[in-house]
Amino acid sequence: MLFTRPSFKALAIATAATIGLAACGGGSSSEGESTDSDLSGSIIIDGSSTVAPLITIAAEDFQTKNSGVRVTVGTSGTGGGFEKFCAGETDIANASREIKDSEKEACAAKGIEPLELIVANDALSIVVNNDNDWATCLTVDQLKKMWEPTAEGKVSNWNQIDSSFPDQKLGLFGAGTDSGTFDYFTKAINGEEGASRTDYNPTEDDNVTVKGVQGDPGAIGYFGFSYLEENAGSVKALEIDGGKGCVAPSAEAVQDGSYVPLSRPLYIYVSKSAAARPEVKAFVDYYFENQDSISEEALFVPLDEAQRTKAAEELAAIDNA
Amino acid sequence: MPRGGMRRRLVAEKVIKGALALMAGATVVVSVLIVLALFRPAIAFFQDVDIAEFFGSVDWKPLFKPAHFGVWSIVIGSLWVAAIAMVVAIPLGLGAAFYLSEYASSRARTIIKPILEVLAGIPTVVFGFFALNFVNPNLVKKLWPVGDVGTYSVLAAGLVTGIMILPTVASLAEDAMNSVPSALREGAFALGSNKREVSTSVVFPAALSGIVAAIVLAASRAIGETTIAVLAAGSKAQLSFNPGEEGQTMAGFIGFAGIGDQPTGSVGYQSIFAVGALLFVFTLVLNIISIRVVRKFREVYD
Repeated sequence: MLFTRPSFKALAIATAATIGLAACGGGSSSEGESTDSDLSGSIIIDGSSTVAPLITIAAEDFQTKNSGVRVTVGTSGTGGGFEKFCAGETDIANASREIKDSEKEACAAKGIEPLELIVANDALSIVVNNDNDWATCLTVDQLKKMWEPTAEGKVSNWNQIDSSFPDQKLGLFGAGTDSGTFDYFTKAINGEEGASRTDYNPTEDDNVTVKGVQGDPGAIGYFGFSYLEENAGSVKALEIDGGKGCVAPSAEAVQDGSYVPLSRPLYIYVSKSAAARPEVKAFVDYYFENQDSISEEALFVPLDEAQRTKAAEELAAIDNA
Repeated sequence: MPRGGMRRRLVAEKVIKGALALMAGATVVVSVLIVLALFRPAIAFFQDVDIAEFFGSVDWKPLFKPAHFGVWSIVIGSLWVAAIAMVVAIPLGLGAAFYLSEYASSRARTIIKPILEVLAGIPTVVFGFFALNFVNPNLVKKLWPVGDVGTYSVLAAGLVTGIMILPTVASLAEDAMNSVPSALREGAFALGSNKREVSTSVVFPAALSGIVAAIVLAASRAIGETTIAVLAAGSKAQLSFNPGEEGQTMAGFIGFAGIGDQPTGSVGYQSIFAVGALLFVFTLVLNIISIRVVRKFREVYD
């Protein structure tokens, strides 16, 4: 049979019919399964790159059960996240440190009230390249020697940290200044928040640090525990001696208080106005009901008993907001 | 009837001319808007930061406290990446252009030209990952003799930027060579020259203005290349004469500063625009040079 060119009219009718069917099909698919809820809206979350993997997993799980809600998680760093939060641009701020007074004031100036929630723990991990066979345990003083502001331009070799270490150039990778990890690390190791040498590879994206450490035999870097767990085997974690002997980062070491001084709690801050919205409240409630499975899936250290009590009190405050 | 039709045609002509002039004018307007958007925060930056420090120091640490604003380390980072890119792109690009224009059989041309177009169409982020995951660990680390090479290096970023701009150099240079009248070539052949002599002594000088324009265009793209620098060059803004080390380019700094978040209006935020304005000035100067050179050479050989 001869294949004749379809007439323009027929083509137009076919196109219109396809679009119509597609539109109908699209409408009915959101009437969902019986486990889907009626909640709708969007939740904008931004802040710490350390906390982001945890909240992202929670968001993904939440969205499968509440397909009408859109949750987005950004990673501008704790400082950057608070900036956006206090400008009213986000509903929830992820933070790997507590909110600063200056940030509280900035929020108050815009009429935003942050409600704190402790969500998990982190073991800030110090990692080196797999080919690094000379360092297994570093003291806080040794780390300070490596990272303090006066080390800039001067401390560039491993044998300056300990004379038993070989002659190997130091490759420094770490968090950028917008990162809560940077704030916490500098405070715990160098004694003052923000005090650090500046001649290293700073980034708010911890994956850049992971990549940097993987490729340089003399590299050393620091980031949150979940990044260590996710890349276990391709980087080597150092034990840290904070006065109680050499302790490797692990969930147990954080919970029993032996991984000092680099254990830290992780927070989210919800704005009071956002907490009044049902989808936001549902998301926060969802996190706390499922925090053990979410922490395990995201490779985070779950809350201990005392922290859970505190979290329950904070949650009650939000539910009553 | 003819009068009405004539009028309609004249009006249609005017309307089309006006519409096209509007579109051309739109590009001018957009350029002016970009300049304004860039220079307003940049000027605010120079009210807070001493211009002598900006142009007089090599310590570029605008996001740390205490902040330092010596821009030279990232300027030299950009120049290193651009220089390495040019070392890769000029010989390979011109060589490819010569081959395609003077030597290649039509079968070779049908294979090579499309491949060059494909290379031109590859997204820069793919090039960035190529530099990070292949070029640096397999080529730079193994072959670079000076010092230790880590995960990131200016050399890897420069080499892959060169590969990225190679199609630009090749196709523009080839167009320039193709536009050399064949009468010039045939005259040279008639006088007994071989192909190499024709290429180097006749075609190359005649196409020089187009070739220089291609090179300058490629250079301005190389200086401004962001994604490859962000992914493969590292984030350590330092003044180094060893491209095997990490470095940060001007565009790379803007990329990294954008990943974090600076409070709007802070000096850190304004520094992004100051660097952007400086980058703009660089490409503007390169374009002016290109126009001047093209004009100068074109006079001699036409």
